[in-house]
Amino acid sequence: MMLTLQSIEAGYGAVQVLRGLTFEVRPGEVLCLMGRNGAGKTTALRAIMGQVPVTAGSVVLDGTPVNTLPAHEVPKQGIGYVPQGRRLFGELTVAENIEIGLMTRGRDARVRERVLSIFPRLRERLDQMSRTLSGGEQQMLAIARALCLEPKVLLLDEPTEGLQPSMIALIRDTVVALKATGVTTVLVEQRVDAALSVADRIAFVTGGRVAETVPTAGLTTTSPQFATYVGV
Amino acid sequence: MRDKRSLILHLAVLAALLAALPLLSAYHVTNVAKIMVLAVYAMGYNIAFGYTGLLSLGHAMFFAAGLYAAGMGISLFGLSAVGALVLGPVAGGLAATLVGLLALRTAGVAFMIVTLMFAQAGYLTILYFVRYTRGDEGIVIARATRAIGSVDLSADTPRYLLAFGIFALALLLNLALVRSPFGRIMVAMRENEARSRMLGYNPYTVKLTALAVSGVYAGAAGAAYAVLFGYVGASLASVQYSILPLLYVLLGGAGTVLGPFLGALLMFYLIDYASSATSAYLFIVGAALILLVLFAPKGILGTLRERHARWLP
Repeated sequence: MMLTLQSIEAGYGAVQVLRGLTFEVRPGEVLCLMGRNGAGKTTALRAIMGQVPVTAGSVVLDGTPVNTLPAHEVPKQGIGYVPQGRRLFGELTVAENIEIGLMTRGRDARVRERVLSIFPRLRERLDQMSRTLSGGEQQMLAIARALCLEPKVLLLDEPTEGLQPSMIALIRDTVVALKATGVTTVLVEQRVDAALSVADRIAFVTGGRVAETVPTAGLTTTSPQFATYVGV
Repeated sequence: MRDKRSLILHLAVLAALLAALPLLSAYHVTNVAKIMVLAVYAMGYNIAFGYTGLLSLGHAMFFAAGLYAAGMGISLFGLSAVGALVLGPVAGGLAATLVGLLALRTAGVAFMIVTLMFAQAGYLTILYFVRYTRGDEGIVIARATRAIGSVDLSADTPRYLLAFGIFALALLLNLALVRSPFGRIMVAMRENEARSRMLGYNPYTVKLTALAVSGVYAGAAGAAYAVLFGYVGASLASVQYSILPLLYVLLGGAGTVLGPFLGALLMFYLIDYASSATSAYLFIVGAALILLVLFAPKGILGTLRERHARWLP
């Protein structure tokens, strides 16, 4: 599915964060948004999900505007969102968190099995309260819950933040595996190596707009864009 | 396993209540019957507050809707006791839906204030239409009309058994509700509305449904109170009756199925014994609540679940 953001303006009350943000993600592509803190990466994802009001511009999914829909209708269009900080339902078990994800799509047992086959560790922890999981397991569950919606477009906000290397590798492999199944992904990432290893293109965000979009094939960890837009 | 264990526990509580009937004095039979009715009310409150996170100060209106629908139905329109018991939950659910349609456009403190205002408006309406409601004085329902067939519901044993039947039905339905998919969505909504929304749930619809179910419980309790205890009065629609279920739920454990019953039981007897010991009994009740907040902020069963029995629903 093609996701297009055209001249988006959005923010929080009087504070405008996105100032004409424009990018498109092609079907099956992994696009990484990179930029300094406050550049507008997370706000861009939240604008797609309808969680911050878009005051100008449009978010279009395969020709259908989604920014005019109520926020709870956006996931039903095929957009899954894994927010920064995992944001699980801590008082529910792993199984119940997954069930919550499944219920909007009719509780399909096949989808549940597919999601648990991607993250077998979750299968061992089905009756465990989700707030008692390790950071990596919580991230797995957050992604698993989003995958229950069978999204055509997946938005991942810093999925490797605060994780140990083995977990980072697992999350990266998951994104690659999802890409192979045709899932379009928008990834917000601060780690240059992680971005280069999974993304097809990187959109550098600064001051609420995309300054430059570059194919990762043309980038290395020492490319000047990282110093200019990310500060590393 | 988890479901089986919780079902056994709830059935055991019901069995204990039934087995207690021949062992209790007439005084305690009346008390426990009243506690079971109030526990149904508190269970309804718990669906809104404990499971969905809706802190309402207007539930007295839903309780009163069932109470007056039953009481006025019997005394003014010649409704049967069974008819009154059916009408009560319908009236409670309808009142909660109407209030919810407007009040749920607000959240947090504003929701509390709006629901309180609705309940106060309901209370004042009862006082205003004194010709029909008999205001503060209330309606005393004739004993002869409080019967199912030849069974006199004002007698201790039938009253206890009917209160038990209503309580048992409410408890088991409550258990089924919280174990159902909708029960999980209610908890998800309580935990974080924004997260639920990004999974495709409409918070307004979920909260309105939960409030309506809560109102059905409150209305059922109100109707049962009218039929079993024969009195319908404005004092039962006052703000105090919005706060009582909150206290029961906080004491027993918000978000636990048995918490409202345990809270109602303990609070009822605490007030009963403290008021017989001193006229300053509210001081004792207040001290108990302070101790609760300090040592078991999640209520008795909430704390027990957190520390020892994770399977408790």
